[in-house]
Amino acid sequence: MNIIEFKGITKTFGSLTANSNIDLQIKKGEIHCLLGENGAGKTTLVNILFGLYNQDKGEIFIAGKPCDINTPHKAIELGLGMIHQHFMLVDRLTTTENIIAGEEPMKNGFVDMTRAKKQVRKISDEYHLSVEPDAIVENISVGEQQRVEILKVLYRKAKILIFDEPTAVLTPQEVASLFKILNKLKAGGKTIIFITHKLEETMKISDRVTVLRKGKVIDTVNTSNTSPKELAKMMVGREVLLRVEKEKKKSGETVLEIRNVSLYGKHKRPLLQNINISVNQGEIVGIAGVAGNGQLELEETIAGLRKIQAGQILLNGEDITGKQTKERRGKGLSHIPSDRLKRGLVPSSDLAKNIILGNHNAFSKKGFLQRDKIKKYSKNIIEKFDIRCRSLQDNVDQLSGGNQQKLVIGRELSTNPVFILAAQPTRGVDVGAIEFIHQNLLEIRKKNKAVLLISAELEELMSLADRILVIYEGRIVSEKKKYTREELGLLMAGEKLG
Amino acid sequence: MLKRLKKYSDLGYSLIAIILAFAIGALLIYLSGLNVGKAYSALFNGAFGSLFNFTQTLMNTIPLIFTGLAVAIGFKSGLFNIGGEGQMYLGAFVTAITAIYLSFLPSIILIPLVLLAGGLAGSAWSFIPGYLKTRTGAHEVVTTIMMNYIGILATSFLLLRYFQETGPIPQTVFIPESARLPELIEFSRLTWAIFIAVFVVILCDIFYKRTNLGYKIQTVGKNSSAAEYAGISSDKMMVLSMMISGFMAGLAGATIVMGVLHRFITNFSPGYGFTGIAVAVLGRNKPVGVLFAALLFGALQTGGITMQLFAKIPMDLMVVIQGLVILFVATPVLIKKLLRK
Repeated sequence: MNIIEFKGITKTFGSLTANSNIDLQIKKGEIHCLLGENGAGKTTLVNILFGLYNQDKGEIFIAGKPCDINTPHKAIELGLGMIHQHFMLVDRLTTTENIIAGEEPMKNGFVDMTRAKKQVRKISDEYHLSVEPDAIVENISVGEQQRVEILKVLYRKAKILIFDEPTAVLTPQEVASLFKILNKLKAGGKTIIFITHKLEETMKISDRVTVLRKGKVIDTVNTSNTSPKELAKMMVGREVLLRVEKEKKKSGETVLEIRNVSLYGKHKRPLLQNINISVNQGEIVGIAGVAGNGQLELEETIAGLRKIQAGQILLNGEDITGKQTKERRGKGLSHIPSDRLKRGLVPSSDLAKNIILGNHNAFSKKGFLQRDKIKKYSKNIIEKFDIRCRSLQDNVDQLSGGNQQKLVIGRELSTNPVFILAAQPTRGVDVGAIEFIHQNLLEIRKKNKAVLLISAELEELMSLADRILVIYEGRIVSEKKKYTREELGLLMAGEKLG
Repeated sequence: MLKRLKKYSDLGYSLIAIILAFAIGALLIYLSGLNVGKAYSALFNGAFGSLFNFTQTLMNTIPLIFTGLAVAIGFKSGLFNIGGEGQMYLGAFVTAITAIYLSFLPSIILIPLVLLAGGLAGSAWSFIPGYLKTRTGAHEVVTTIMMNYIGILATSFLLLRYFQETGPIPQTVFIPESARLPELIEFSRLTWAIFIAVFVVILCDIFYKRTNLGYKIQTVGKNSSAAEYAGISSDKMMVLSMMISGFMAGLAGATIVMGVLHRFITNFSPGYGFTGIAVAVLGRNKPVGVLFAALLFGALQTGGITMQLFAKIPMDLMVVIQGLVILFVATPVLIKKLLRK
């Protein structure tokens, strides 16, 4: 039985058609994935369902009845619940306070916290959503915050749960426990709509998949009857190499050498301890680890954005430990930062200004920017790295995530570097762009450059890196040329190999 | 009309904001039982009605251009410089003192030198909050406000203690003729300062659009983490930006002393430094925008006097209109809602 049916949903924003004549049926009690690249129209569609946008055309039927959902309030009344990608929680309140906010159980004009906690406990027991009822939200982990979001929705008696890219912020362990919860919810008779652009997840969790591309439904298939390759093809519209081929190559001289580096945070908390890494010419060295184990600190240390307390960093044999970012860049360091919007780009500036960022002094003559030279250079990079944009005057925040990342990568690979620090280079970009980025990293390896690849994606590390080092709680716990998935998983979780 | 305006959205919203502010002003006049037409025609005539009136408008515009630029320049690096008033007092004071003590120099050297001294005095005053921000994290809004009190009162103290002209009025002696900016029209007190102001606006525009330093400062203002990543020192750029900002406020003081007052007098400013904030907001922190916003506020000030005289409407209405303009500019959502209906 169809619990939700979209009929001919169309939504445009100005000249952009986000959803075009969408027909889609969701069955009661299934986990239904909406799969598509960034900008395919997945989020727009569920925002219409949840009453955050109004469709231009088309109808939505809930349990067979046509429904005019024009506010989230109405959607909640109809039994819908949404878990947003960016959590909607009040950091300073407790988990229980967050869950009941807006629907507080009352007693004599006061909030009845005892009853509230009891109600929350009941739901969390039923679905194994373990949450500490008195913990302040800002002190709990991201995974736990997500469970609070789910509880919030269940507390409002939702029967249909919409998850918008729920795994984007989670560690592999947290993803596994989320999937357990989803199955538990399904067993409890809930219907789940799961938005994602990750193929693996889709294959693992869903009963059926609907692929969207450029605002249109490509197809709805049973998960058991499809393969990642087929889904990728539907998503992108062409054959995609899910794994790039890497040619064999002998590595050359040492380019980057990190010797006994230690870094301490507030209250002398160790962030990096006695790190030793060397990267040679023509080699990609991978750093694997669960987010938050010192990768960001390592990245910033190498880039010169943090001062270390002990150890040495050498670039081409020269000590750069005390050198500023500017000098390090001058000596051939390129940096693809893990947080592109915070570090790598100035979103409210135009493309050209972002393309010269970090290399701006090369485009300055007597203090003036050389506009023609910048224009030519920018056009060249946009073309070479296939950055989809309307013009050089566009602001970077108008680009999609994948194109923003291509800009960063294009910029950093075009300065003729000797060493490339690539941190999470494919975070939040879609399949097509991932393929492109991987090819470019291998291309630069072929040119005998040294690459340090810090990544949370095991597939990426296993297919690109010549050597992998595992980082755990600020320490390098293992180094080998080849690992199995299982080995990496264990090491990343702090276990020892038997 | 709305569609057209969207194209030039910043300019469009500013214009709509001005129109709405005047409309509400009209309503207030009407509700007070006075004649709206008479009031606004008096306002317009007062500001633009004759060559003399127009010179007075321009005269009032000059300091607002400089203080508006001061605020706008601070914003470019992400800093909110509310200390324009204090920096202007420092500029005015140092201008007067240098002019009096270096009166032996010929005009051609004295005028640029004195202008520079005024600007640098403003810079020195704004350097302090900039330095404190980068070294200790002290928020510039708090420190610049404090520096206003110190600046205004310190110049007052120095004047009374060391430099006061004999007599009861707290003012210096006149600066020498050779340090005064020449008048464009006799008795108008409108001087060459207007050209200096326009010239500085153009310089600023070029600085931010074309130079490497301008690029670096704006990168810091838009995303200081990305600036650090790119090897741009955000501390350096912020201090520098504060100093340029203070220089502009200093020039406001310098041109008032050299063109209008011809001496330093305590409490000479009707709040030019603060009106500069409104000017920068209306001008969207763009140098050319600041120029036109300053002209509007200068006109309101000049025309307001005539309106008070002939239409019996208190000057305070001008403050109300200024406030409304800023309110509407700062809340584009409000305008969107009003226009949709």
